Amino acid sequence: MSDQPVTTGEDAAGAAGEIRPGMAFSGGFRGAGEGVPEELRPGVIETRGMNVYYGDFEAVSGIDLNFQYNEISALIGPSGCGKSTVLRSLNRMNDLIPSARTEGEVIYHGENIYAPGVDPVEIRRRLGMVFQKPNPFPKSIYDNIAWGVKINGFKGSRADMDDVVQRALEQAALWDEVKDKLKESGLSLSGGQQQRLCIARAVATQPDVVLMDEPCSALDPIATLRIEELMLELKKDYSIIIVTHNMQQAARVSDRTAFFNVELDNRGMRTGHLVEFSPTDLLFTNPKQTQTEDYITGRFG
Amino acid sequence: MSADTGRPVDRNFPTEDEYQVLLGKRTRRGTTAKFGFLFLLSLAVLGLAVLLMTIINDSFGLVAVVNQQEPEEIVASLGYDPGEVTLESLSKEDLVTVLAGGISNGVGRRLEREQRFFEDRLAFETQDKWDEVCASDEPPAGCSGGARSQGDVLLLVKERIVQPDIIASYGFFNSILGGNAFKDDIAGIFENTPERWPDYTFDEVRFQWRAWLNMTFVTTPSSSIPELAGIRTAILGSAWLVLFTVLFAVPVGVGAAIYLEEFAKKNRINDFIQTNINNLAGVPSIIYGMLGLAVFVRLLEPLTQGRTVISAGLTLGLLTLPVVIISSQEAIRAVPNSLRQGGMALGATKWQTVRSHVLPVAVPGILTGTILAVARAIGETAPLILVGAAGFITVDPTGPFSQFTALPIQIFQWASFPQKEWQNIAAAASLALLIMLLLLNAVAVILRNRYSRRMT
Repeated sequence: MSDQPVTTGEDAAGAAGEIRPGMAFSGGFRGAGEGVPEELRPGVIETRGMNVYYGDFEAVSGIDLNFQYNEISALIGPSGCGKSTVLRSLNRMNDLIPSARTEGEVIYHGENIYAPGVDPVEIRRRLGMVFQKPNPFPKSIYDNIAWGVKINGFKGSRADMDDVVQRALEQAALWDEVKDKLKESGLSLSGGQQQRLCIARAVATQPDVVLMDEPCSALDPIATLRIEELMLELKKDYSIIIVTHNMQQAARVSDRTAFFNVELDNRGMRTGHLVEFSPTDLLFTNPKQTQTEDYITGRFG
Repeated sequence: MSADTGRPVDRNFPTEDEYQVLLGKRTRRGTTAKFGFLFLLSLAVLGLAVLLMTIINDSFGLVAVVNQQEPEEIVASLGYDPGEVTLESLSKEDLVTVLAGGISNGVGRRLEREQRFFEDRLAFETQDKWDEVCASDEPPAGCSGGARSQGDVLLLVKERIVQPDIIASYGFFNSILGGNAFKDDIAGIFENTPERWPDYTFDEVRFQWRAWLNMTFVTTPSSSIPELAGIRTAILGSAWLVLFTVLFAVPVGVGAAIYLEEFAKKNRINDFIQTNINNLAGVPSIIYGMLGLAVFVRLLEPLTQGRTVISAGLTLGLLTLPVVIISSQEAIRAVPNSLRQGGMALGATKWQTVRSHVLPVAVPGILTGTILAVARAIGETAPLILVGAAGFITVDPTGPFSQFTALPIQIFQWASFPQKEWQNIAAAASLALLIMLLLLNAVAVILRNRYSRRMT
């Protein structure tokens, strides 16, 4: 945390919650609250008593999480514990599922993103997402990246766009491999390259946060390693929240880990809830909850 | 094939011998099924082959003709060598001379008033009379239109001077395999119907190989003489109908499909609409004809001017609409959801995502479904009869408010006449319709491949 940029007065004021109208989700908070005790420091995004339902079924219940700037936060837990659901609630991708409904608050830059009048399109532009299965558009590598930038109102010239594309591909450590074939289809790349293209696509629109939903589960170990190195590189500029099934991965890359578990309610429904959210080294070496300990030592799950 | 595994034996499983017997039975059953399906496939192929052979059999073959005046005689009478010059290669001037020598001056004047023979001079009328006729309140068409072409005059010469009379026509297979049977056949016809063929001898009969489907057939309008009738009017009518069908059904259908698939919320009203669209796809075409008659021909007559191309085109458009909607919906639904999520996750609106990622991927499917639906519309006859396609018309349709006929109507009309020659040209027109459909399908395949290849 010591390498965080120096905070300006304006940023600190903003971080304290004095949001001016019309500036709701614009950036400029980074590194707020240096020296303030960790629990009181405002996070980049925070959930307060969040419940998510699919129809009548309560998928996750009572989630309180506070994700920090320029950190990698990992969400782990057994299958069906709702970690993907939590992740997708953070940028309102769950809205795309007709039966999904979210209760409670998700605070982003001091405002509840589920408040009436908030346009989910804006939320998704600030919180980019990378999916489990690489899903490049069936377009050229160049267009895969340029499209997201263009639709969000990029004003620059062609040359400016070329720079944006190059920078995004460099950030995703893909530039050297594709610089001679930018006009080729994104689908012509290997699985690991496709996933890095999706990461490049997500960071090209300059989001605050990159949400990753098991980004390595469809990749081989070498490609996985590359993505992990990339994440460590990206966290200088972005806050990253990653869902993973792989506890070693969480231990390797994340600064903070949230462990979720499922509970059977009295109707026999499986509802996910948050067990523990601690710095990763603490969670893996000295878990506070026995459930966590059982899980990380492989006693269940 | 079995090994002693040492595991305890479960009596519910078959013993090794029983298993071998069962395996043989299963294999045989599979083989029987395979040959059964092969047989059914052969039946289907056979049915299609017979259909195609029937049409081809009627479209090509020998005809036995007697001419009132032989074309060679006409050429010779003009001083040309019949061995070198054919009737078809004569100039328009020569043909008009031939025509003038064979028809009365009155008939010539009437023909000239329908359409003049030369741009710069008159062939039958005197200039004074012509000016007087053209100055009258209702001047004939010849006063304003252009001159007849060489082909038009040639047609008139054939119709009025050569006057070919078909004694009998023979099918394709009969023509090839018939041998000498024709001679007896013609003799029999002369003998049995002397009042129809009073003083012809067998020497005058010409056997000609005739492809009923030929360029002349495709480029001439209909006629009351089957040998001279063509399908130009019908082809143009069908083309206009397709144009209006596509213009109406494609934007409306694809738009509705996009709304239903991408934007509509799941509620009772939308379910109701969806169910009804599915049901409409199965409604018999005659019912669409009734609707077209009531709405487009009668109710909206001030707009459509009644029994016109646009009324029929809109009726066919309505007919194809449910199929276009359903097939477009299927194509849109087949686009992987990951593309939509990828687009939305970048902060795109729903429409931006659909436009840039969903539609391009769905286009091949939409095109295929649409063209199949339009192909069905081209072959429709029943609704066109109701909305007033003309059975006999020689004027080409020129726009949305023209009278029209269409290929299936023309086929239906000709096939209902008793004479053999009408059956021949009905078959030829059927072949033309089939070729049109094949071309349309080819376009669909080409477009689909072009779109699919663009980015995969």
